Amino acid sequence: MKHKTFLWFMLPSALAMLLFIALPIGSVFVQSLHIENEKVLIEVENCVPLGGCTKETVVDIEASARLKAERPLGVYNGFGTYTNRNHLATTEIAQFWRNSDSLGAFAKQVYGLPFYKALSFTLAYTFIVTPLVIILGFCIAVCVNALPRIFKGLAIFFSLLPMMVTPLIGSLILFWMIDSRGVLGKSLQVLMENPDLSLKASPALTWVMLMVYGVWHSAPFAFVVFYAGLQTVPEDTLESAIIDGASRWQRVRYVVIPYLMPLVTFIALIQLMDNFRVFEPVVGFSAEASATSLSWIIYNDLKGEFQLFGSAAATSMLTILGVAILLAPVLIRTWRDFKGAKT
Amino acid sequence: MKHLKIALLGGVAVAALASTAYADGHACSVTSGSVRVLGNEFPAIQTIAAKAQECVSGDATFSSNLTKDHRDIQVAALTPNPAEYTSAIVANGSIVPLMNDGLIRPLDDLIAKHGADIPKGQLITINGQVMAVAFMANAQHLFYREDILAEAGVDAPTSYEGVLEAAKAIKDKGLMEYPLSGTYKAGWNLGEEFVNMYMGTGAPMFAEGSAEAAINNENGIAALNMMKALSEYMNPDFLTYDSNAAAAEWEAGNVAIMNMWGSRAGPITDNEGSTPEIVAATKFAAAPTLGEGDELATTLWWDGFTISTNISDEDAEATFIAMINGINDETANANADQAVWLSPGYEPSPAAVGVFASANAAPYPMVPYGGLLHTALGAELTDFMQGNESAEQALADVEAAYTAAAKEAGFLQ
Repeated sequence: MKHKTFLWFMLPSALAMLLFIALPIGSVFVQSLHIENEKVLIEVENCVPLGGCTKETVVDIEASARLKAERPLGVYNGFGTYTNRNHLATTEIAQFWRNSDSLGAFAKQVYGLPFYKALSFTLAYTFIVTPLVIILGFCIAVCVNALPRIFKGLAIFFSLLPMMVTPLIGSLILFWMIDSRGVLGKSLQVLMENPDLSLKASPALTWVMLMVYGVWHSAPFAFVVFYAGLQTVPEDTLESAIIDGASRWQRVRYVVIPYLMPLVTFIALIQLMDNFRVFEPVVGFSAEASATSLSWIIYNDLKGEFQLFGSAAATSMLTILGVAILLAPVLIRTWRDFKGAKT
Repeated sequence: MKHLKIALLGGVAVAALASTAYADGHACSVTSGSVRVLGNEFPAIQTIAAKAQECVSGDATFSSNLTKDHRDIQVAALTPNPAEYTSAIVANGSIVPLMNDGLIRPLDDLIAKHGADIPKGQLITINGQVMAVAFMANAQHLFYREDILAEAGVDAPTSYEGVLEAAKAIKDKGLMEYPLSGTYKAGWNLGEEFVNMYMGTGAPMFAEGSAEAAINNENGIAALNMMKALSEYMNPDFLTYDSNAAAAEWEAGNVAIMNMWGSRAGPITDNEGSTPEIVAATKFAAAPTLGEGDELATTLWWDGFTISTNISDEDAEATFIAMINGINDETANANADQAVWLSPGYEPSPAAVGVFASANAAPYPMVPYGGLLHTALGAELTDFMQGNESAEQALADVEAAYTAAAKEAGFLQ
């Protein structure tokens, strides 16, 4: 394609990307560099008949409004919000490092900081759920593909169900089922012969529960992609493999899997992005006490009476950075393949 | 805020005198202007909105948006001129952001014109100006099962130490596995439980005249240790229990004692979702104290209506007249079970005794930065409640998280 034609062809989508992706991210970045103007506080007396007088602190609205008019964006704080205790906590970490005598004690203290607590769960979730989704999705696809034709439709429908359920609803339903009085929770107690077993009370079990939910919810996506891929596996190669005396397992291992490898990259890419911004299950399972995620921190900053926009913006930028780092290896690989294909 | 206590106590006294001029003398009619109400969604507020709408006729228009998420949208909705809503129904906590930004107007002139007979106790006065008219009170107070306590051989506790003893007696007798419950869900609920408990120590939460938190002391530690001791007698899932879940546990008969919102007293004893035996044995009392002190370990809340700044005077007047009609004695007495009403002619229902008994408690602190500390408490106390860190460390974490947030919001430099 000529460069000029290519340019005109790309212009609309490039423009849309600039408008709807680059500009908002830029504005969030600017926001993250600012904190709010100083709130001018004054003490006022409230007197009521019989009740006497009490002193109360209120915001001096006029003085605060004047400050706001002078600096509508707030006070420039540089990367102060990024490094404060509720985000990267650089000062605290340096202090922990100096004061702790073992690596374990240091790690425990760092885990007590909200950002790192959320990051730990987010990373663990991403790196455990993603491969499991790919493996499970592939297994389901191979199994369904081997079914007789009349059962296939039904099997596909049921395999897809978890993906059709809205994440929040799905997690809420499971939340009540795994309650210590729910059908799953009670069954587990009987199976383990431990009447005090509660999936919601222990942080470790909460993590497991969220990850099981994550795999349950995302496996259908991997299944659908692999199933579509399986329909295009060349018959000739498979037949020649059979003639060469390859077993069923060998055919899967040496013909099907290499053929579907590009799909694995695709699913890994999508799932890494999806799982890194895990959010709904944390809310649905009321798991805030044991597991928080980066997206949940942003949500927590923005809900309620006080909105901490700067703080939410800083966490958002750090999340984008995290996604970029995560995807870099996959993207570099794709780029190399592309270059290799050209030469 | 002392006046609210007076209002509550006064309410009982005046109840006998019911139907003052204010009660039924109002022929309300709003024929022009627009009334647009934003508020929380529970039966009492739905009733008020419906009653306010009855006043609106002719060219006047009425609309309401009652939603659980009202706090998340109120500032954005009242900021433009004209504001999306002419009135926001708020509580102690949620009025603060509106005042911080000057989004609600002083009501003194409207009260002089249309509400001269509203008792002083209902007027939320800040810096000499009335900013809201309160219509109901709420507080977390003691719910207990008379039958279970009798079987265990203990009296209804008046202090948290007594609650622990009663819980031990019930558990030792094998009457219940987890005799206590509470709204300990991580987040807002857990923060509120701490604030309640801390109020029992009578100590202030902030350093005098500044936005610096002052909870990392022996009072904070005492409050936390009591919360931890109570949680030993709760279902291990307690960090996921909000008031819906705790109320459901109660109705299922799994719990004998809990400190619960007064607004749940009516629904729990309404003979729906529970057995007649449980309903009959459910009794209410004042919130317990912490230790030997006199201070009740709970906070007093009010709900009231405000009028937006960024609307025309005509709309403001129309809204005020309609809302005043929505909260009068007639509404209160026709819906006595829905809330503990503050209107002077209200005759309290049996479900209201717990809130009235707790009327001496301190009001929830209405300081501009209170919400930030509450958020920090809700997020940082979970490690302590799970037994992963000491009370001192948890309180230090809360103060550090709060300080970072307060700096960002401009309250601390």
